[in-house]
Amino acid sequence: MKIPILKIKNCLIASIQFEVDDRTVMEFQDNLLERIREEDIRGIIIDLTSVDIIDSFIAKSIADVTKMARLLGARVVITGMKPALAITLVELGITLGDIKTALNLERGLARLEKMIEEIDR
Amino acid sequence: MDEIIIKIRNEWDIVAARQEGRQLAKELGFGEVDQARIATSISELARNIILYAGEGEIILQTIQNNTKEGIKVRAIDHGPGIKDITLALSDGYTTSNGLGSGLPGVKRLMDEFSIASKVGEGTIVETRKWKR
Repeated sequence: MKIPILKIKNCLIASIQFEVDDRTVMEFQDNLLERIREEDIRGIIIDLTSVDIIDSFIAKSIADVTKMARLLGARVVITGMKPALAITLVELGITLGDIKTALNLERGLARLEKMIEEIDR
Repeated sequence: MDEIIIKIRNEWDIVAARQEGRQLAKELGFGEVDQARIATSISELARNIILYAGEGEIILQTIQNNTKEGIKVRAIDHGPGIKDITLALSDGYTTSNGLGSGLPGVKRLMDEFSIASKVGEGTIVETRKWKR
């Protein structure tokens, strides 16, 4: 299965809707970066509303794709993390560093818009 | 009590193992956060097996003491073993460049944790989580 990636204006929204394995995450990384380049994307939302579990590998992949997107001039906001997911990640020892997050998609988009404005300044 | 044995040979088995674990935790009546803790621990242990031993097993079991029910998770492999267990259990230590945040995280997520390892013979990690 592929993680669906939708486009709105110059942003991509990827909603992870099923339990992902390593390969799916790696493909997702490639697809996302490829689309940033091909479609002149400035912002990305990765929505985790339906995600129950993230282990260290998947967390690292998400952190990596955020940094890679930044190198291509795009910004990433992670949205919709459940409390159980946040608790488990922190206890596991994963803080996701300086990754930008928002409670839900709406706030995430608002945050992303501001971040994109800042790039253009 | 019956055991659920999941063979760990490739990355898809990691997903299968954590799904089984989550399902069992749910059936036992663990709350949502504990289900996530148990499933995540299984995922990390299974990943360690793939990374360091190539293959092994995750064994899940329902356990009971006088007052409560719980779940026991064992990770068994016949890989190279761990030379320095104290080091492997210290936070931030990894020999795989951050893949598999390692054992300290699992120790925090579960209630009980023990490890036995012999160089050249393999490693057994045993963890328990009790229902509150």
